[in-house]
Parts: sequence; C-alpha cells; structure tokens
Amino acid sequence: MQYCTFKVDHLLIGIEVWRVQEVIRNQPMTFVPLAPREVRGLINLRGQIVTAIDVRHRLGLPCPPDGSAPMNAVIRLDDEVVSLLVDEAGEVVEPSPESYEPVPSTASPQIRAMCTGTFKLEGSLLLVLDTDSVGRIAADPDGLAARRAS
Amino acid sequence: MNDDAMHEIVQEFLVETNENLDQLDQDLVALESDPHSRELLGSVFRTIHTVKGTTGFLGFTRLESISHAAENLLSELRDGRLELDQARTDALLEVVDAIRGLLAVIERTGAEDERDLSALVATLERLQSDLPLDQERGRPEATRPEAAAPGRKLVVPPAPKAARRREGRADPAAPGSSPAPAPPADGAASAAPEASPAPGAPVGGPAAEGGEGHRSAAERSVRVDVDLLDSMMAQVGELVLARNQVSAHVEALGDQPLHQTVQRLSMIVSELQESVMKTRMQPVEQLWSKLPRVVRDLAAQFSKRVALEMEGGETELDRSLLEAVKDPLTHLVRNAIDHAIELPQQRLAAGKPETGTLLLRAYHEGGQVVLEVSDDGAGIDPAHIGAKAVERGLVTREQLSSMTEREVVDLIFKPGFSTARTVTNVSGRGVGMDVVRTNVERIGGAVDLSSAPGAGTTVRIKIPLTLAIIPALLVGCRGERYAIPQANLLEMVQLRAEAAESEIERIGGALVYRLRGKLLPLVRLDGLLGYRADVTTVAPEGVSIVVLQADGLLLGVVVDEVFGTEEIVVKPLGRHVKQVPLFAGATILGDGSVALILDVIGVASNAKVEELSESLSGQTVEDDAGGRGQRSTFVLLRVGHARRVAVPLQAVARLEEAPAGAVELAGAGHVMQYRGDLLPLVSLAQILPGEDPAEGADAQAAGGETARSVPVVVYSDGERQLGLVASEILDIVEGVFEVRTVGAAPGVLGSTVVHGHVTDVLDLNAASELAGKDAGRVA
Repeated sequence: MQYCTFKVDHLLIGIEVWRVQEVIRNQPMTFVPLAPREVRGLINLRGQIVTAIDVRHRLGLPCPPDGSAPMNAVIRLDDEVVSLLVDEAGEVVEPSPESYEPVPSTASPQIRAMCTGTFKLEGSLLLVLDTDSVGRIAADPDGLAARRAS
Repeated sequence: MNDDAMHEIVQEFLVETNENLDQLDQDLVALESDPHSRELLGSVFRTIHTVKGTTGFLGFTRLESISHAAENLLSELRDGRLELDQARTDALLEVVDAIRGLLAVIERTGAEDERDLSALVATLERLQSDLPLDQERGRPEATRPEAAAPGRKLVVPPAPKAARRREGRADPAAPGSSPAPAPPADGAASAAPEASPAPGAPVGGPAAEGGEGHRSAAERSVRVDVDLLDSMMAQVGELVLARNQVSAHVEALGDQPLHQTVQRLSMIVSELQESVMKTRMQPVEQLWSKLPRVVRDLAAQFSKRVALEMEGGETELDRSLLEAVKDPLTHLVRNAIDHAIELPQQRLAAGKPETGTLLLRAYHEGGQVVLEVSDDGAGIDPAHIGAKAVERGLVTREQLSSMTEREVVDLIFKPGFSTARTVTNVSGRGVGMDVVRTNVERIGGAVDLSSAPGAGTTVRIKIPLTLAIIPALLVGCRGERYAIPQANLLEMVQLRAEAAESEIERIGGALVYRLRGKLLPLVRLDGLLGYRADVTTVAPEGVSIVVLQADGLLLGVVVDEVFGTEEIVVKPLGRHVKQVPLFAGATILGDGSVALILDVIGVASNAKVEELSESLSGQTVEDDAGGRGQRSTFVLLRVGHARRVAVPLQAVARLEEAPAGAVELAGAGHVMQYRGDLLPLVSLAQILPGEDPAEGADAQAAGGETARSVPVVVYSDGERQLGLVASEILDIVEGVFEVRTVGAAPGVLGSTVVHGHVTDVLDLNAASELAGKDAGRVA
C-alpha cells in the first residue's frame, strides 16, 4: 500500500494514495459560523464547494502559528469530497508491512481515535490517518465555532 | 427485435399513453357539458384507438380488449348513433382508470397482471346495445366521421396473444394509405416501431398529431430526456459563474477591447441562460389537466355541484417547480370541495347559485408566478378556527383572545390542525395546510389565504420562476459575505446613526424599528451567526436593515454592509455545514470566493421572532405608550419576603436546588461548584433596587434559618454561565403579560401582573452587567 505523507505539527501522517484526489496550495477560505469546530471554512475547488477540515484540531494538536498557510489535501470520502488542512505535503512512500505497529497506547486519545496504526520509517514514524473518522462530524457539545471566532 | 429495444418501446408507450389518459380525463369531463362536440368525441376516440393499436402490437391483450370495447362504444357515440349520458361517461372514465391501473402494473413488472376486466367489457357492450350491433367500425377520423370506411378491422375482444400481435401491427400500418388527413392511427405507428430508435429522436406523439391545425405546433417539437435538460441547466449555471468571474477580473484590468468582448460574451451567456431556462418551462395547464377529473369525482362523492374554471393555463413554470406544487395544489382543490363549497340546498338557502365555482388562476406577478385557488363557498369562520385550535391545544384561550382575525385564520397552517368535522378519505386527516405551506416554502415560495365568511376563500401560492439560478442580495457581516435570495427580500432600510438612535427601540431585550408606523422586529445577523453581539447599541456609522419575509412573518435583519445583487447558482453544502440550519447552500461569487446563502426560514425560526412578531403585527405605534402584551413564558421567583420576579424561560438553562453548603465565597463574590466548574452566583436580593442586600446575601450564603437549599436559576449570557439566587422558585407561567414600564429600574425591564401579583420582569443583560463583567468568568 502506498501512502501520501503530510506534516501536521510535529507529526508525519499518511493517507492511502487512492483516497487523495489532489493536493493544492493554500486557498482563500470562507468562514462558516455555527459550524462544528473542525470546520475551518469552505473553499472553491474549480466550482465545487468543498469543506476544509482542520486536521490539527481533530488530532488535538495546538493551533498553527499565526500567518501560516496550510495546504489542502483533497480527499474522497464515501459521499463527498473534503479538504484536510495540513502543514506540508511530503513524498509518497510504500512502507513494508513488517514495519507496521498499532498506535502506541500512550498516544493522546484524539490521535488514537483518528489513526489506524503506525509504520516505522527510517528516522520517523508514519501515522496512518483514518480518513473516515477524520471526516466524521465530531460530537461538539457546545458546538459553535463562532464562540472561538469572537 | 432485441429485449432492449423492446423495453424502450414499452417505456415510450407508457409515457405517451399516460399523457393521453390525462387528455382523456379532461375530454370526457368536458364532453359531459357538451355531449355533442364532434371534436371532443373525435379526440377521445383517437386516443383510445391509439392505445388499442399500440397495445395490440406490444401484446398486452387485456389492455387491448378493454380499449377495444371502449372504442366500439365511442365509435357509435362519435357517429351520433348514441348519446353520451352519465352512465356512458362513467363507464368510459372507468376504462381510463382500468388502463391506468394496467399501465402501472406494466411499468413495475413489464407485463400485465391477471385482473378480470370482463365485467367492464360487458358493461361497455351493454351500453352500446341501444342499437343493433352492425359491427361497423368506422375508421377513426376526426374531420369527416361520416366518411368512415366500414369493416376495416376484424378485431374481437380477447384472443390469443400471437394473433393479436399480428393484427395490432397490421392496424397502425394500414392508415398510411388512407387519403384522409393524418389519420390518428398514425400515432400508434409512430408510438411503436418508428419511435423506438433513441430517446431524443423527434416524435410527433399521438397527442400531438391529428387533423386539427391547432395541434400542429407540437409537430415542431422534440422530445428531450429530462436528465439532459437538467445537466444543461447545471452547465449553464457554471457558465454564468465563470462569466461573473471573468467580468470581475476584466473590470480590474481596465483593458477596453477586452472589456467590450467580455460584455458581448456576457450578453450571450444571459441569453443562453434564458433559452435553456425556457426549455424547462411547462405551461401550468399541464398541472391542471388532472383536476377536472378530480373535481368531478369529488363533487359526485360529496353530492356537491362544482363548476371548475381555469384562467391563465398558458403561464409557464420550471418543470421541477411544477412537480413540487402538484400535491399542494391538489390538496387545495380537495379542501375547497370537501370543506368550502356547500351542498346545493345550503347554497340555495344562502342565496347563492346551486353550483359552486372553483376558480384556478395562474399569472405572473413581480418575477413570480402566482397560482390561485378560489371558491365561492362558505368561507372560513375565524370563531370556528379559533375554537378548534384551542381544542387541539395549538393555542391557549388567552393567546387566542389577543389575536387578530387574520392571525386566527392563519392557524390553519399550524401542524396538527384539521377542521374537518368528520374525517373523510379526502381531506381532514390532519396533514393539511401545514404540509401545503411547508412544501411551497421548500421551493422558495409562499402561501397566503384570504377568506370572507359566506362569500368564499382564496388561497394564493407564489413561486419563483426557477430555482437553478436565482438573484440574491449580497450582504456583509464580520468581514464575510452572505447571499440572501431575493424572493424573500422585501426592502432595504438604511438609517443614519442619529436616526437609528431614535427610531430603533427596545422591547424586552428585542429591537424593533418603526417601519411606516408598524413595528418591525429586528435581529442582528452577527448575533444570529453566533458572534457576540451587543444587541442594545447602534453602530456609529448607521444601520442597514434588510426586510425579509418568511413564514408569513416580517423580519428586519441588521447587517454590517449591503453590497448589491448578483445572480447566484445554489450549490449544495457538505455534511458538516449542512447541519447548520441557517444556511440553504453556498455559491461562488464573481471574485471566485465562496459565499453562504442564508436560509430565510431558518433565520426567522432561529431568531425566534415568531412570537414577538405575532404579538406585534397589527399593533401600531400608538400602543407603544401603553406597554404591550407579549406571549411568553416566565420562571416566577420570590426574592426576599414578598417580591416576585419573572425571568424569561427561554434564557434559562436549568433550575437547580443547590445544597446550602455548596455556595462558597471566591474572591469578591459567591460561587457554586456546578458540573465540574465554578458557577458565579448573582444574588437577586443584592442587585434588585429596594431590597436589603445584606439580608438577602446572608440568608442565602448562610443557608438561612429555614432554607436547607438555595434555589438557583442557571442562565447563559452568551459568554458565560451565571446563577441567579432567589429565595424561592414559585412557578413557571405562560401567557400574555403586559409589561408596563412603571417599575422599570436598573435590572428591571418593567412590571406585569401574574396571578394577581405585581411582578418585576428581570432584565438579564442588565443583571449580568450589575453582577460585574468579570465576576467569575468561566473558562
């Protein structure tokens, strides 16, 4: 299995190649008030309106520094196309199945919920992202993104 | 012929025959009032004949036998040897139903079922036995029926499949040699073998062809797959967006020749858009075509006499919209006959003609199409509606007493309302007008109703011409742009700061504006969108108000900026964003950025303006001085010994009885541990004027001499949760309370009378402020 790799904060994450439709640079984004927190906004992908999801938020990582311009990893879910916001795009890798291990139990609950496993690459660990979980609408009890926006 | 081709022929046959049946219904009902019309009889005959020919060819023997029997009867009628009477009309309509039933089965299973039609066939035969059966089957021919060629066909009712098939094939082929002008059997021919090749091929369907000149227009038309039209529409939508973007860029470039070219391009795109939109337009007539039959059957069922009149059937509407208003319209017609139009003797007694009139009208009005259903029946009695609404628990007696007649009549649009005295199988099942309204509003339309008791009722459905590309107003809020569909937009009001200061007023925490003497409830868009908004102040640069109409309510939305209008294409939202009820979709603007489209109905229900608006509408500014009644629910509290305080229930998150020991001192104020957090407490006794703060505080903090627990009203002021400490939670009361400004003071909006006691209405905003902005801000 081949994986597209992306940097998100200090993590290297991998998404199955066939899931990734394209990777595009930072896009102007329209903020959506009252949307779940993980929704960073809407982008215009050649006339199609695509929801941009904050992977950092989903993984429980700190917000990106001000002025950073995340890239859009456009992926296909069952019934729609979404963009996952990542810091940087890396190369495509094909790790050997022997290097696979489950996500360590010491990882944060968010990471364990969003990742299916790890591959031990040379010099780094690749976390395999469970795109279905990332794309699922998070239970967000007080749910209003606008609270954060104000 | 392979299976695919056969399947295609059957499909085409089904489509055409169903269309023809609608025509048949109409013609037969029309024939009843004009039984000697050669033209109508000819038309009915031709349609049945076409069905028979095609079914024979396709091997549907039951269909063929029934249409054959009907054709025999019709040929006698057409040639004037028999009169069309009630019994014959009934039998022929029954034939239409039988054919329809068989078609439905064929559509599902691909073959006929085993139903027994011999009784109907026998009836048809009996009805033509007034004269000797001479077996003369005239050639179908509308213009010169007397020229019928005898004995052309030897078809007799049920026969083995194979034989039928051959005969059926022979039949449509024959008239090709006939010298008569375009004999109708051609329709059968074209509906069967020739029409088969591909969808989209030109077909002059059987309904379209014929000897009469007025049908020839249809011969110039082409049958196009609806999916193809839909995809064309979508592409034109994209083209319009691209055009808007190009225009925006060119504007910035300032290149003159390019600018002109783009202008030309822009014009062509607009024309193309219009043309494609027109291809999807269909006359309203199409929608109405089924109604004469419905009206006839219902009138017979209820022993009523109803004349159906239709005006403006040529008015055109997008086909998807036509489809969407079909059910609401049918429901309105049923309602009118079932409930509105009286029995003949009642009408005579009321001095009206025996026959009631049901009028359907369609016309354009201000870029919308209006479909009207009016009757001259009993009208709607507000007293009856009101009583029913109270009985069903939709409103309380108190609420009812404060409503205007119009508001009372509008209650029939409430879910769960049904006034039918007896539940009939036609209407009165409780899924009535509310469904009509919901369905119409779903497509951006509106329903309103006016009625004069004794004189009749008119229901107006207003719908946009099309949905795919809509004009919208772009407004700004907190740096983002939002689109508001123009269909919901009534007007815009721009107020300078000083005007806003004096003309925007507050009522119980809500803002209102006097729009031409009427009070218009206002909501701030930023507040609606979840931004923290100070609802009480006015921006120094003035206020822009967008006046919207939804659900029969007027609402003023205060926005930061108004940009102007743009044609937008509604695009769907992903699942994350779809769950926000305020947005109907999104669109791409001229500069390529994405803008959310506000769902005006969602906005209105979110703004919770309904109650406010209902209580305000009909009240003029004159009431202002005296205070006003407002339907609301309050939590009733006792503070100190006898003071009663009311807190609006909608602001309240929870009512808690905290153990007295749970209240602790933190910093300058009291707090309570609440769901893993610290809840800052506000003692009402401390903040309300005229109370002895020490007494209240002591009593509560120490648990008092008698109190084992402290009643706490938990509420959120938008950024934090606060707990109001009272002496006792007395009750929750609902009703119309006139809040008078008599007792107004800091923290108190005014006073009202509840259960015979003067009660202060708490101003929660002021209470939060009085509590100190920073008192125990919860992270």
